[in-house]
Amino acid sequence: MKYLGWDELLPGAILFSFDEELDKDPAEILPEDRPYAETNSHEAYVGDWRVLKPVYNRDLCIDCQFCWVYCPDVSIISRDKKMIGVDYDHCKGCGVCVEVCPTNPKSLLMFEERIDNDEALAQWPEKQ
Amino acid sequence: MAEKMQLNEVEVWDGNMSASQALRQAQIDVVAAYPITPSTPVVENYGNFLANGYIDGEFIMVESEHAAMSGCVGAAAAGGRVATATSSQGFALMVEVLYQASGMRLPIVLAVVNRALAAPLNVNGDHSDMYLGRDSGWVQLDAFNSQQAYDLTLMAFRIGEDYNVRLPVMVHQDGFITSHTAQNVNPLSDDEAYEFIGDYKKVNPMLDLAKPVTYGVQTEEDWHFEHKARQHHDLMTKIFGVTQDVFDAFEEKTGRKYNLVEEYFMDDAEVAIVALGSTVETAEMVARKMREEGIKAGIVAPRMIRPWPHEQIKKALSKVKAIACLDRSSPNGALGMLYNEVTASLYQGDNRPIISNYIYGLGGRDFTIEHITDIFKELDANAKEGKLTTPLQQFIGLRGPKLSFY
Repeated sequence: MKYLGWDELLPGAILFSFDEELDKDPAEILPEDRPYAETNSHEAYVGDWRVLKPVYNRDLCIDCQFCWVYCPDVSIISRDKKMIGVDYDHCKGCGVCVEVCPTNPKSLLMFEERIDNDEALAQWPEKQ
Repeated sequence: MAEKMQLNEVEVWDGNMSASQALRQAQIDVVAAYPITPSTPVVENYGNFLANGYIDGEFIMVESEHAAMSGCVGAAAAGGRVATATSSQGFALMVEVLYQASGMRLPIVLAVVNRALAAPLNVNGDHSDMYLGRDSGWVQLDAFNSQQAYDLTLMAFRIGEDYNVRLPVMVHQDGFITSHTAQNVNPLSDDEAYEFIGDYKKVNPMLDLAKPVTYGVQTEEDWHFEHKARQHHDLMTKIFGVTQDVFDAFEEKTGRKYNLVEEYFMDDAEVAIVALGSTVETAEMVARKMREEGIKAGIVAPRMIRPWPHEQIKKALSKVKAIACLDRSSPNGALGMLYNEVTASLYQGDNRPIISNYIYGLGGRDFTIEHITDIFKELDANAKEGKLTTPLQQFIGLRGPKLSFY
């Protein structure tokens, strides 16, 4: 990002979310299709704030969308009410998605950041 | 559509009513206010106008003054004309959000009735709250009487909303002496007043869904300094010209003349008082009397406190020999604000008058003709001696042993 001088800033410490004017409500545009501005927090990587990461197990998920609803940082990716996975660029590892997951065993579990996701899936616990 | 109010050519309004009427005529979209003491009469009158069908905008009653200014910030960022009123402790509670409003460059108008800050608890007038706001990034205008409270409140909308300014504006008046004293006021008609202010022009409103925007973004050491510098630059370079233009346009419409720094008898004055608020009118009366006694007295009164009219102050005081800066707020461990500002401005000029500082009128203590007469006599002695004949800072009108410093 280019560092602007004081005389190049917009008054009011304001930033526009998108590079272009939208012709419809952004809620009706999928995130991957939105023309995010470079300064939008969507473009910022904050995955390194995380100590533990949620790993998603598609085989157990019932697509209830609880995790999508409860995620405080819009980091659960879901399309047409089908759970797809976790946005690791923005997930802070709070664990709320794991907490609210209703399946047995859970379809989302926290693992240490250094553990590979395939390795994590191989260690998944049995039904209790 | 709101009803128009039929006003007489001359109305008898106290300062609160003057502010309320100007707010009504501005056709504000949102007033968010905490309608109990200390802001009572300004918004109480406004609520009355609303209940009687004279206002179309929203009146939001909130749970505190902090919430009042927060509501104003939200509504202004959304794209509406916004104002509120406060005083004293309520002003103090608003302070955090005052910085938000100015940093986001939202042209909110705040009618402030200047009153003391506790402890000790006190509901009367002094300038403590006005002084508290002086680093907040707002434009601060000061009315010395009820008519000026009306005029300046109207003009505040046009100044703050100017495209080159886009900053919030406070209009100050003295608690009780101005706010609760009924005086003759010449108002404009509703149509004339609104025509003078004009329609509100939205700039980057949050409710423009085609162009979503974030106000007051998070910045750290890599951006914060530039944003603050931009705001300071605009305060230092853009406000004075725009304000003078609005003052001139207002004079053309009403015949009432305003200046960034008001001067009384300064053409040939040798000694001058620098003061704010209702004190200015008392000082004017005393100066007239002093002149009969052979003391060439004058008064300089900043109409604008922030941004500080450095050049105008320098010019206004370029010929006097002795100056008294009168501060109606306890500096709590320093020389008074007016003393510091005036001295700093004059240090850049060629004139080197003797400058002294008087602290007076705290918590509504009367400041009398006798007090001002004494000050002018001390100034006269300073001017004749060519040096300070009194301590640098004196408390005046205080009981007990004389209190002074340096």
